[in-house]
Amino acid sequence: MASTKTSAPVAFSDLLSALKGRFGDVVLAHRSDFGDDTVVVQRERWLDILQFLKDAPSLAFNYLVDLTCVDYFGQEPRFEMVVHLLAFESGKRLRVKARIPEEDATIASLAPLWRSANWLEREVYDMFGIRFVGHPDLRRILMYDEFEGYPLRKDYPLKKSQPRVPLLSPEREEEEGI
Amino acid sequence: MHYTLRNKLPSTALFTTVDAVLNWGRLSSLWYLLFGTACCAIELMQTGGPRADLDRFGAVFRSSPRQSDLLIVAGTVTYKMASRIKRLYEQMADPKYVISMGSCSNCGGLFDLGYSVLRGIDKVIPVDVYVPGCPPRPEALTQGLLVLQEKIRKQRYLAREA
Repeated sequence: MASTKTSAPVAFSDLLSALKGRFGDVVLAHRSDFGDDTVVVQRERWLDILQFLKDAPSLAFNYLVDLTCVDYFGQEPRFEMVVHLLAFESGKRLRVKARIPEEDATIASLAPLWRSANWLEREVYDMFGIRFVGHPDLRRILMYDEFEGYPLRKDYPLKKSQPRVPLLSPEREEEEGI
Repeated sequence: MHYTLRNKLPSTALFTTVDAVLNWGRLSSLWYLLFGTACCAIELMQTGGPRADLDRFGAVFRSSPRQSDLLIVAGTVTYKMASRIKRLYEQMADPKYVISMGSCSNCGGLFDLGYSVLRGIDKVIPVDVYVPGCPPRPEALTQGLLVLQEKIRKQRYLAREA
């Protein structure tokens, strides 16, 4: 069934000028290698920019495909958030990045915008230790709570052994009557 | 002890030691828990299948730890799974035995440097027999079971320690 709302794909240059008109010089870098449009933006305006990309009628990136992080150990700023967006109507894809310094490893949460960001941000918190400001439930998702350190950081020791904890805490065993 | 006497004697009495009878019974009915954590479980299934046929040694799988005598730890053990394996082991009734199958559960194996991997199941539960291999062939696991049977045959329950 054909959609009634069809819009022509927005050119990357139009997207860049729309961002510049709305926010000023927030785009630190941009490139379109192999057809993948990428913008690197300021971390401080992260939530505003993503809100704009989602809500602007001409852009309408209504689907957050992926959210992850890269550790460029030795560089400054050290971490880089990577978000992949898709606009269902136009079929346009966009990659948005922001660099995060090690000493202040925080960034605004996108969970209020896309519900798919909830678990993805928990995974990034679990693996890289990035704190997401405004996340509704920022807990580890793959590792257990007593796990020490952030295993996908490049300085995580290879041979590190982790605490071994009982299946249930004594309080939980009490509750469940085991 | 057994086959030569089958259906040939009238009602009579047999003389043996209690230890020998208990051990013979236990080693001849090693029911193992249907449990695997990684690719070693595939070889465990093959070992239980018709070609390797672990049944001929009295070893059949049970789906409940309450009915199992033997825990075959087949595969990589993560920290999170380790506490669950310990729970399963504690749920088994005595006497109980453990075979560590494959390099991963022996020492971490291929995933030694993994951040989530426990480096050897013997850090959590006691192990009777270690079977090397990645994964061990069914013949190797069968050999491990036979070694365990020989170990059980030498156990002494009622005799006073010398």
